[in-house]
Amino acid sequence: MLKRNIIILGALSAIAEETARLYAAKGANLVLAGRNEERLNQLAADLKIRGAAQCDVVAMDLSHEELVASTFAEMTSALNGKADGVYLFYGLLGDQRQEEGDITAALRNINVNFTSAAAWCLAAANQLERQASGVLIAVSSVAGDRGRQSNYIYGAGKAGLTVLVQGIAHRLAPKGARAVVAKLGFVDTPMTAHIAKKGLLWAKPAAVAARLVAAAEKPSLPVVYVPGFWRVIMTIICIVPAKIFHKTKL
Amino acid sequence: MTDLDFRLDYTSWGRVVRAPHHVLKPRFVDTVPRLTDSEGSFLPVGMRRSYGDSVINSCNHLIDMTGVDRFHSFDEETGILHCDAGVTLDAVLRFSVPRGWFLATTPGTRFVTLGGALANDVHGKNHHRAGTFGCSVRSFGLIRSDGPPQRVERGGPLFEATLGGLGLTGIITDVEIELVRVESAYLNIERIAYGNIREFFALAHESGDRFEHTVSWIDCANGGDALGRGIFQRANWCRDGRLIPHGTKSGAVMPFDMPVRLLNGTTVRLFNTFYNALQKRGPRVQETHYAPFFYPLDSIRDWNRMYGGAGLYQYQCVIPSINAEDAIEALIRRIARSGAGSFLAVLKTFGERQSGGCLSFPFEGATLALDFANRKAETLSLMAQLDQIVEDAGGRLYPAKDGRMSAGMFQQGYPDWMRLRELKDPTITSDFWQRVSYC
Repeated sequence: MLKRNIIILGALSAIAEETARLYAAKGANLVLAGRNEERLNQLAADLKIRGAAQCDVVAMDLSHEELVASTFAEMTSALNGKADGVYLFYGLLGDQRQEEGDITAALRNINVNFTSAAAWCLAAANQLERQASGVLIAVSSVAGDRGRQSNYIYGAGKAGLTVLVQGIAHRLAPKGARAVVAKLGFVDTPMTAHIAKKGLLWAKPAAVAARLVAAAEKPSLPVVYVPGFWRVIMTIICIVPAKIFHKTKL
Repeated sequence: MTDLDFRLDYTSWGRVVRAPHHVLKPRFVDTVPRLTDSEGSFLPVGMRRSYGDSVINSCNHLIDMTGVDRFHSFDEETGILHCDAGVTLDAVLRFSVPRGWFLATTPGTRFVTLGGALANDVHGKNHHRAGTFGCSVRSFGLIRSDGPPQRVERGGPLFEATLGGLGLTGIITDVEIELVRVESAYLNIERIAYGNIREFFALAHESGDRFEHTVSWIDCANGGDALGRGIFQRANWCRDGRLIPHGTKSGAVMPFDMPVRLLNGTTVRLFNTFYNALQKRGPRVQETHYAPFFYPLDSIRDWNRMYGGAGLYQYQCVIPSINAEDAIEALIRRIARSGAGSFLAVLKTFGERQSGGCLSFPFEGATLALDFANRKAETLSLMAQLDQIVEDAGGRLYPAKDGRMSAGMFQQGYPDWMRLRELKDPTITSDFWQRVSYC
């Protein structure tokens, strides 16, 4: 892997940090965006020691879509005008039961997971198209494959993100740039810590990060499942007839 | 910060005690839970490579610190490294070796955190030169229930109580250590077969000044003429500039618990005989990377499962020099007779250097370490007999390895334990501490 210019949106997530470490070890220039400045500074100090040539932090609420275009331009100029990789990690799992009763909370979930994420992805697409190089990697979820009673609000936002990035991949393909949307299954992170059942289906953040970097650095399909076995599981879940599906608690 | 229900998958390396824990896993120092927030007690833990119950806090909170794992600073001139407590020795070496620096001393696994290495004041093959891990610690951060986070510098009573203090004095948040320069990632290792304990001590005596690292494998399974035979290893760093860190790929995995019936006197004796022959066949002097030399078992993930689903005990004692030869011989005679010995037993001499920790295990003398598959009463009774030999010889056991020593044996072996009791945080405890602090 060559020395890369990488923008990481939602850098404080566990998977984002593992991804940043992989790039840091190769001497990358990094821009980290997230909400908590003090924690971002801790990450930046760590990543520089681990080998990052440069590590800037941008502390902001990424769901403020009116700031997206100007902030993204600043991030790119901090990398001398060229981004080799733009990673979008942030998301909000939310509390489905609560959101069903509180529509403002539901819309907030959709705004974080879809609307604001779409703004960043479109800003990244414009930049990559101008450069005619680079890759956008957006983290989505298997929850977007079929609406299920337990998490369809989160799932709807992620489904939207998946289609958006798939479209960006199509748009960028003739221009020499790429986009990949990664549908993640269960990952053992703070986002899912309240779910006590851990077993074979649960992946570690470091393993997921390695898979994402591979999708960025090597030829890849525009839509990938991480880990790959989720493609099989979700194919089965999608073909179960509604009559049967509606009897489950999935 | 994460909040989980009670879970059963947090065990120690020995896996004898299985207790439910409420696990909290912060990723940042500012999300470490406040010790005053709950009625229950807390215990900070790292990679849980301790064998017994010093990382168990049954039915209460564990604070898993492995997510707080960032580097703060490194001084290329002095080798001073400042890291979060959850950084592992594995991560330190991967970072430091290419830059020509190594840990001042390292235990037999690199899968331990800096916080855990400090809290157990761990030792390694160069103890006779470098002392314990604590000798390389300059300062650390500590969160206690009675005040704001504090910086603890070398020398004070809180420093000494925390070194080897089993995490009981507070939550160690970050550690500042001194690394040492190396000019290669390889060592020149010499292997010498010895026939009995007396020969071992002669070799150790003769090697201490000339070799930085000494250790030996001893056959504790075969009696008779084979009793006390072993392979002595002594090594110094190469100086050839090959600064290649260990690989990231984990090697073999032990995918299941070994059926207990396969672990008996015969198989263990056969293994030891085979291992002895294998070691003797190799070249006498060999250049070896640090990973297989310092961390032979790290290449088999979950190797503790070799001892079966009931788990294992490790028994590690230290005997003062004056009684070492007789007591070690008595110990291995007793173990060989029981037929319960382990695949690999380790015998090494300790030097006189002290870190100052009130509960630091090593003192000048010899240490013997070996594993026993958990066969309940049979194993406990054997270890009680070994205790008698150790106590009579003025020795003591290593808390990081222990899951069953009596309060009396602990308090007699560690006369400074009252100093730890005074500085222990009232909100922190462990099953180990509940057992051994009983008066």
